[in-house]
Amino acid sequence: MSEPSAKAPRWAIWLPLALFVAFVALVMLGLYRPADKTVASTLVGKPMPAFSLPAALPDRPGLNSADMADGKPHLVNIFASWCIPCRVEAPQLGALARAGVPIEGISVRDSTEALQGFLKENGDPYKRVGADDDGKVQLSLGSSGVPETYVIDGKGVIRYQHIGEIRPDQIPLILEKLKEASQ
Amino acid sequence: MIAELGLAALWLAAALAGLQLIAGALSLTARGASLAGIVRPVAVVQGLLALVAFMALVDLFASTDLSVKLVAMNSHSMKPLIFKIAGTWGNHEGSMLLWVTVMGVAGGFVALVEKRLPEPTMLATLAGQAFVSLGFYAFLLIASNPFERLLPVPQEGNGLNPLLQDLGLAFHPPTLYLGYVGLSVAFSFAIGALVTREVGPAFARAMRPWVLGAWIFLTVGITAGSYWAYYELGWGGWWFWDPVENASLMPWLAATALLHSVSVLAARNALRAWTMMLGVVAFSMSMIGTFLVRSGILTSVHAFAVDPERGSFILALLAINIGGALILFALRAATVTEGERFAVVSREGALVFNNVMLSAILGIVLFGTLYPLVAEAMGAKVSVGPPYFNPMGALFAVPMLIVLMVGPLLRWRRDSFPRIGKTLVIPAMLIVAGMIAMVAIGGVSLLSTLGFALALGLGWASVLPLKGRNLRRTPLPVWGMVVAHFGIAVSLLGMSCESAFSIEKLVAVKAGDVTEVGPWQVKLDTVEPVAGPNWTALEARLLVRYGDTGRVIQIDPQSRSFWAPPQQTSESALLTRWNGQLYAVLGGEAEDGRWQLRLWWKPFVTMIWLGGLMIALGGFLALLGRVASDLRRIFARDKIAYRRERQAQLGERS
Repeated sequence: MSEPSAKAPRWAIWLPLALFVAFVALVMLGLYRPADKTVASTLVGKPMPAFSLPAALPDRPGLNSADMADGKPHLVNIFASWCIPCRVEAPQLGALARAGVPIEGISVRDSTEALQGFLKENGDPYKRVGADDDGKVQLSLGSSGVPETYVIDGKGVIRYQHIGEIRPDQIPLILEKLKEASQ
Repeated sequence: MIAELGLAALWLAAALAGLQLIAGALSLTARGASLAGIVRPVAVVQGLLALVAFMALVDLFASTDLSVKLVAMNSHSMKPLIFKIAGTWGNHEGSMLLWVTVMGVAGGFVALVEKRLPEPTMLATLAGQAFVSLGFYAFLLIASNPFERLLPVPQEGNGLNPLLQDLGLAFHPPTLYLGYVGLSVAFSFAIGALVTREVGPAFARAMRPWVLGAWIFLTVGITAGSYWAYYELGWGGWWFWDPVENASLMPWLAATALLHSVSVLAARNALRAWTMMLGVVAFSMSMIGTFLVRSGILTSVHAFAVDPERGSFILALLAINIGGALILFALRAATVTEGERFAVVSREGALVFNNVMLSAILGIVLFGTLYPLVAEAMGAKVSVGPPYFNPMGALFAVPMLIVLMVGPLLRWRRDSFPRIGKTLVIPAMLIVAGMIAMVAIGGVSLLSTLGFALALGLGWASVLPLKGRNLRRTPLPVWGMVVAHFGIAVSLLGMSCESAFSIEKLVAVKAGDVTEVGPWQVKLDTVEPVAGPNWTALEARLLVRYGDTGRVIQIDPQSRSFWAPPQQTSESALLTRWNGQLYAVLGGEAEDGRWQLRLWWKPFVTMIWLGGLMIALGGFLALLGRVASDLRRIFARDKIAYRRERQAQLGERS
C-alpha cells in the first residue's frame, strides 16, 4: 500500500473544510436563536420557607416570612450594597415602588453603614429590610446570587423567581407576575 | 496605575503582533525581503509585553483592587491569597489574557531558539502565530477589556465560584492552556510549511517538541481535571462526557494522533499531508472546545458565563483562523503529499491505523457533543451521555488497543506477523485469562470485561519493545513510548475495575450507627460545625475499618457553605488504600435527626489517574530525549564551527 493520503481523491481534501462550514452554520443557528433562559426554580409554587430576620436598618422593621401572608402580593428582593448588578437594578425597583408595589428587602452580609450609603445613593424602595448576615435565608430560598427577586402571593406562596437584575424592559413582566399572584 | 500599565502593554503587544504579521508576510516576497530581520525581535518583544499585561492583572487580583471591574466581579478580599491569584484566570477575560500571553511567550521563544527550519518557513510560521494572536488581542481590547475600571468602587467583590476554590482546579486551566497554546505553535508551523511547501523530516523534527510539550500538558490537565471532578463534585464518577470535559478531550485525541504521525514524518518522511491536516485540526479542536465552553451554547455542569455576543466574536475568530487554515490546506495538500512508501504490515501501517481510530473517536466525541445542538435546531431537547459515548468510543478503542500491542514491535517500512508472532503468545494468553476470570466472577459488563482483559495484555505487550535491548543504552524516546503505553494499560485497568466492582450505598444514619460498604465498616461518630477562611461547614467524623480486623481510621466529609458567592459544596472524604478508595459524602439532615451518607468502595480506581500521570511521564521522557539529542547536535555543530573560525583566524595571521 502506498501512503494513504496520496491516494485520497480530490474531494476528500475539501472534506474538513466542508465539515467545518457545517459546524459554523450549526453554531450560528444556536447562537442567534432566542434561547429559553428562564430557570424554573423548584420552589415556585411552594410556600416560602419560614424565617425571621432582624432589622438591617434602625428606621424600619426586619422581615418575617409571616409578614407576607397579608392577602396582597409582595416583591422580595435579595440584594447587597457590595453587589454591582444591584446598582443597575435600583432604578427599576424605585419605579415599581412608586407604582405601589410593596417591596421587601433581604440584605445579604452587609453592614448598616454600607447599606445606608447604598440606599442614599441609589434610592430606597424597601418597606422592610431584613439582615441575612450569614446568607442562610438566601440559601433556603434557593437563591444562588444577588440580586434575585421573588413574587410572593397573598398566602406566602412563591409564584415567580427572577434571577439577576430586573432590567428596564422587564418591569412589565414583573407587574404581570404580580397581577397573576393577586388572582 | 497598574491597570493602565497593563492596558498599555496589551495595546502595544497587539500593535507589535500586527507588525509581526505584516513584516513576516511581506518578507516572503522579493520586495519585502529586507523586513525579514525584524520579525524575530518583534515576536520576542510582543511576547514580553503580553507577559507584562498578564502580570499586571495578577497583581491587581493579588491586591484585590476593586476599582477594576473584573476584580470586583470575580474576587473578594477575604479569599486566601493563592485563590486570589488563581482568580486571575478563573474568569473569562483573565483566561483569554492568559491564553494570548502564553501564545506570545511561546512565539517569542520559537523566534529565539528555533534554528532548524528554513528561514522562509520560520517567517511564515511567526506571521501565522501573529495572525492567530491578533484575533485574541482584538477580542480582549474590543469585546472584553480585563482592565476596565469601575466607578464607584464597591466595598466588596463578588467572589470566585466556590467550586473553583480548590488547588487542583486553580492550576488546571493554566495547564490545559499551555497545552492548547503549544498546539497553536504546531498550527502555525503547519501554516508556515504549507505556505512555503517545505514539509519534510527536518520540519517534523522542529515541530515535534512542541507537539510533545503540548500533549504532556494536555494529558496532565485532563488527568487533574478528571480527579478534581471526582472528588470535588461529590458524585463519585471520574468522567461524565460533559461538554467541558469533551472540549479538553478532543484536542488531546487530535494531538495524540498528531504526535504519532509527526514521528512517522520525522523518521520516514511519510504522511506529509496527513500530519499537516492533524496540525490544523488539533489546534482547531482547542479553539472549538474553548468556544463551546465559553459561549454558553452548550449546557454543562461547569458554570461559565453565558454570553452570545462574545460567542459571536469567538465564532468569527474561529471562522477566520480555522476556515483560512483549511482552505490553505486544501489548496496546498496536493503539492506536499509525495512521501516514502510502506507496506500495510509495518510500523507506519500500525501508526496510520492508530491515527484513523483516534480520528474516528474524535469524530464520535465531537458528534455527541454537538448533537444536542443539532436536535435543538430541529426542535427537540436531548442530552447525550455515557450510553452513546461508551460503546461508540469502545468500538474504535478496542481495535486500536489491539494494534497498539503489535505496532511498537513492527519494523519500519515492511514486516510480517510470523516474525513477531511468538512474542505475542503471553499477551494473548493474558487476554483470554482475563476474559475467563471476568466471566467467572459474573455480572460484569462486556465493556468492563474487554477493558480488563485488554489492560492485562497491553500491560505485558507494552514492555516488549525493551526485550533484548541494553536497558542503559536504550534511547529515552523508546523508554517514553514504553512508559506511556504501559500507562494506558494501567488507566484502562483502573477504569474497568471501577466500573465492574464499585459498590455504592446511600444510607440515613444517626450518630453511633455502623453501616457496611464492601469490605468496609463505617461508623458515624459525630456531626459538628467547623469554619474556614471564607466558608462554614458541617463536618462528619466517620470511623472506618477495613474488614473486622483492620485499624480504625477517621475521615471527615464536609458539607460546606461559602459566603461569596453563596453556594454549598460537598467536600467528599477519600481514604486511599493500595487496592482502591473509600469515598464518603455527607448529605443533608433528615427530620428525625438522621444524616444522609453516600458511600462508595471503588477498587483500584486510583489507577485511572496513576495511568494518566504515567502517560504524561512517557511523553516527558520522550521530550527529554529529543531535546537532549538536539542540544548535543547543536553543541557539536558549534564546536566544529568554532574550530573552523579559529583555523581561519590562524590562517589570516600567518
